[in-house]
Amino acid sequence: MNAWPFVIAAYSVAILLTAALLLWSYLSMRRAEAAADDLTRK
Amino acid sequence: MHALANPTRFLRFARPATMWLLLIGFALTGVGLAAGLTLTPPDYLQGETVRILYIHVPAAWLGMAGWAGIAAASVSQLVWRHPLAAVAGRATAPAGATFAAICLITGSIWGRPTWGTWWEWDGRLTSMLILFFLYLGYIALASAERERGGDGRMAAIYGLVGAINLPIIHYSVLWWRTLHQGQSISVTGGSTIDKSILWPLPLTVIGFTCLFGAAVLMRIRAELAETKVEMRQRRMAA
Repeated sequence: MNAWPFVIAAYSVAILLTAALLLWSYLSMRRAEAAADDLTRK
Repeated sequence: MHALANPTRFLRFARPATMWLLLIGFALTGVGLAAGLTLTPPDYLQGETVRILYIHVPAAWLGMAGWAGIAAASVSQLVWRHPLAAVAGRATAPAGATFAAICLITGSIWGRPTWGTWWEWDGRLTSMLILFFLYLGYIALASAERERGGDGRMAAIYGLVGAINLPIIHYSVLWWRTLHQGQSISVTGGSTIDKSILWPLPLTVIGFTCLFGAAVLMRIRAELAETKVEMRQRRMAA
């Protein structure tokens, strides 16, 4: 059995889910901190 | 811990820490994964599938460490009433759930060519699946409690009770000898895996841990900023 498709699938899942977590956390932080800064300026 | 109880002081630490954790995390994870895919030899028994080790082990460690973090935050909240403890618990849960999911999925993908099955109701696999469901329960409970203006005590108690699952996961391979292999890597030495295969693993473990830490810090910063906006809007409305 060729093992490489399994290795590539496992790496893809790990990289995609980690990237999604980091992007989601970063965008939430940027949005919330921008809203807080806007309110402070007002 | 108590030195960081003040949100302003915490943010002074968290802003540069987030950037450094991301930089170190991406660098170590990138090097570790590239080395694991290209520089290490295939295992004499498992062949190329052994390369899944470099993502599966860090994911398993972070899935469990995430809940240990929630339990520590719960103690800090219930005993010392640390003002950031509930926020830290809520910020850790999505990251822990993500890595528990990565552990389960990559383990299943590894199991198909190695064991001949995607899934088995083995002690280790089942207790890890329970951990994933515990995370989902914690996220739902903590979010509902926050929306209702609660102080997060229910979520903290749930976080402590759920920690019972951590030793069950750890010892499951000893208590129920079914399909999952026993402990083959030890921090204190005596690993059964050859050094030529093992060396990129510390890089990916530390790298993914830094990325996990960065995700948690970003979520804490988001929640602190949201709280600041909510408080100011309430003050303006009054």
